[in-house]
Amino acid sequence: MSVNTGGEAGTRDPRRADSGGPGGTTAEELALVEGLRHGDEDAFLTLVRRYQALLKRVARMYVRTDAVADEVVQETWLGVFEGIERFEGRASLKTWVVRILMNRARSRGERESRMVPFSALAAEEAGRSDPAVPAERFQDAARNYPGHWSVPLPRWGDEPEKWVISLETLEYLRGAIEQLPSAQRTVVTLRDEQEWTAEEVCEALGITEANQRVLLHRGRSKLRKALEARYEARGARP
Amino acid sequence: MNPWGVDCNEFVEMVTEYLEGTLGEDDRVRFEQHLTMCGSCRDYLEQIRLTLRATGKLRTEDVPAEGMEPLLKVFRKWKQGRS
Repeated sequence: MSVNTGGEAGTRDPRRADSGGPGGTTAEELALVEGLRHGDEDAFLTLVRRYQALLKRVARMYVRTDAVADEVVQETWLGVFEGIERFEGRASLKTWVVRILMNRARSRGERESRMVPFSALAAEEAGRSDPAVPAERFQDAARNYPGHWSVPLPRWGDEPEKWVISLETLEYLRGAIEQLPSAQRTVVTLRDEQEWTAEEVCEALGITEANQRVLLHRGRSKLRKALEARYEARGARP
Repeated sequence: MNPWGVDCNEFVEMVTEYLEGTLGEDDRVRFEQHLTMCGSCRDYLEQIRLTLRATGKLRTEDVPAEGMEPLLKVFRKWKQGRS
């Protein structure tokens, strides 16, 4: 089977040719890369333990079933083996591996147009008008305080910290993330769930810092809105 | 000069830049001025922070042991194929 590790993952980004990416590759990562090149099983297992859950999670955003996600992840590892000779340590190992995964997952993608590059998708989502809070929640020009809340923002009870991390709310939040537009879903998942830095996300997804920030903003705003709706509806549920 | 620093509908669009530390100095001052005056916007910022905290809780690290074996097979096959 021929595996294409090329595309975005294999090519150098000329803008970053000298900067080495976010921190570049650490000495420890380089040792693992060297091990992998020599077919060292321990090095491979270390990488699997480190990245498997992340890869599965990202793959699952683009395909519908766990089974297909497992296939995509397996293809990704094969892509990593095939490409490891050419890995130059400019990007961090993590973002390089995720770029390979993104290419694989999106080419299998069942949830979006597979022809559109991620950067174009990101620009499209970032370019839309998409207010964090609907305009009607603010006073219009005819009222005393135009642009201020029409009614005070409802609070999430007396113990919002507890409510928001209850299993039930987390389950709901997971569903709300699934409903986000694709690029927002990806950025929010990497930034807020996987706790990547902005630089890492830009590098892995090949998007600009400005678009990264807009997508993060839109995604987070929608999740807050979803949680608010969930809190408001809590009395209506059995 | 807006005595509120910014209006609430502007505030909610600045929250991410504020948290990212990418607001310009003037905007940051206006944002924080608003924050001291507006309880709803303080609650809004807090809800965004809670949203981030909850999202962080969704992260799982487990790699099921049975998932290793097929990957090791792929690895060994690749090793054989290139030698």
